[in-house]
Amino acid sequence: MIEFADVSKRYPGGHEALNHVSLRIQQSELIFLAGHSGAGKSTLLKLIAGLERPTEGHVIVNGQNLGRMRRGAFPYFRRNIGLIFQDHKLLYDRPVLDNVLLPLHIRGMSGADATKRARAALDKVGLLQKERTRPVTLSGGEQQRLCIARAIVSRPPLLLADEPTANLDDAYAKDIMEMFKAFNQVGVTVIISTHDQDMVACYGGRGITLAQGRIAP
Amino acid sequence: MNAWLDHNMHSLGLALWRLRSAPFASLFTILVIGIALALPTGFYVALINIDRLAGGVASQPEITLFLKAGLDETTGRQLAARLGKRADIAGARFVSRDEGLKRLQDSGLADVTAGLAGNPLPDTLILAPRVTQAVAMEALTAELKLLPEVEQVAMDSDWVRRLDALLGFGRDLVWLLAGLLGLALTAIVGNTIRLQIYALREEIEVSRLIGATDRFIRRPFLYFGALQGLLGGLAGWVMVAGALNFLESSLGTLAAAWGSRLQLRGPGPLEGAALLAIAALLGLFGAYLAVSRTLRQFD
Repeated sequence: MIEFADVSKRYPGGHEALNHVSLRIQQSELIFLAGHSGAGKSTLLKLIAGLERPTEGHVIVNGQNLGRMRRGAFPYFRRNIGLIFQDHKLLYDRPVLDNVLLPLHIRGMSGADATKRARAALDKVGLLQKERTRPVTLSGGEQQRLCIARAIVSRPPLLLADEPTANLDDAYAKDIMEMFKAFNQVGVTVIISTHDQDMVACYGGRGITLAQGRIAP
Repeated sequence: MNAWLDHNMHSLGLALWRLRSAPFASLFTILVIGIALALPTGFYVALINIDRLAGGVASQPEITLFLKAGLDETTGRQLAARLGKRADIAGARFVSRDEGLKRLQDSGLADVTAGLAGNPLPDTLILAPRVTQAVAMEALTAELKLLPEVEQVAMDSDWVRRLDALLGFGRDLVWLLAGLLGLALTAIVGNTIRLQIYALREEIEVSRLIGATDRFIRRPFLYFGALQGLLGGLAGWVMVAGALNFLESSLGTLAAAWGSRLQLRGPGPLEGAALLAIAALLGLFGAYLAVSRTLRQFD
């Protein structure tokens, strides 16, 4: 489903975030991307989502070579990916439900159907009771769950989560990891970056460790 | 199709909400746009009123020949018949001195004519030339002046031509002003939209992350720009109508002092609709430019 062929990414200024990385991820895999901060985890996720372009090599997702994709095609490509951010990236000027409705509106869904689906997603992350409240009033764990609800509401086949539990205490973190595991069990490919090396032992799946922009053996 | 319509309605709602959520900023922008539109519109209205006032005067040029005193009426009529046959003259009409006096009395100058001992007017011929170009007219007048029966030649068309030229100049001025202020309107709307985009930067970035196309992001801003333009156009219309209303009584008094009745004409429904449409389109255009440029900067 995802293939990196000798991919390097250098940022302006010379910092080399990824250095000749090759890897393959199959459909329905659960991947834990481990490594210290600065090891290149975020860059790797951004390359998969098409938020960055590789300096060298090819990134192929769902058979599409992202380096050769037109600018106008990226929005449609991105609709197949659920993105979960460490800093949530919620919209704080509107209620919880509207945050979850946004991806559906972008896809051209609206009305009762959309609301039904958004509520189902909120229910899955346990926030249905809070649909009318503003995201600011939610705790850190709840905000992260809202971000997940927004990512899964359009049922994408691929979920990318960048350190989703970094700022959460253990009980919340465990909750959220169980949630990802559940999505993976229904066939969603899930890639989670983490600085915690023990995730694979706890939740199964495959571990990929990055160190200084390379895949560690 | 339905989703498209939904998003358009949603975008319109969002644009209205954004206008309402910053009432003072919106009001000032709308006023500035209104003034920018009221200026050329006001000029235009002034022009059509002058045009209408001048419309009572035939813009077909006329040449008046004043005949020498002492000529009898038959000579005058014969001259009229002779000149009327010329290729460069469409028609010639003889007006005797008695007829001239009667007309003068009828036109409201009876007081003046009553005081006169005799009839001071000469017999006149009124010619309608076929040529209208200034040079040809000059040549014709010069030739007519040499006729032995003619004392003096007057071209009635002079002031009409001058007025026509002045109106033409005014029209050009309106276009120029409209062009400049249209540019200003585009810039004003573009600038408000640009500020708004920066304020909404987070939302735009999040929307892009989850797959929003530029078109999706652009749409509410386009509605916002068009709405601002439309409301500005409405404000401009109200300003012009208000100004006309305000000036009407003083202009009426002025006209009455000259013994005339004046009725000002404001922009009609069709002109008003055109004004609103142009304002909305310019607003849309300004918004489009600002959004496209700013979105590229976000890349």
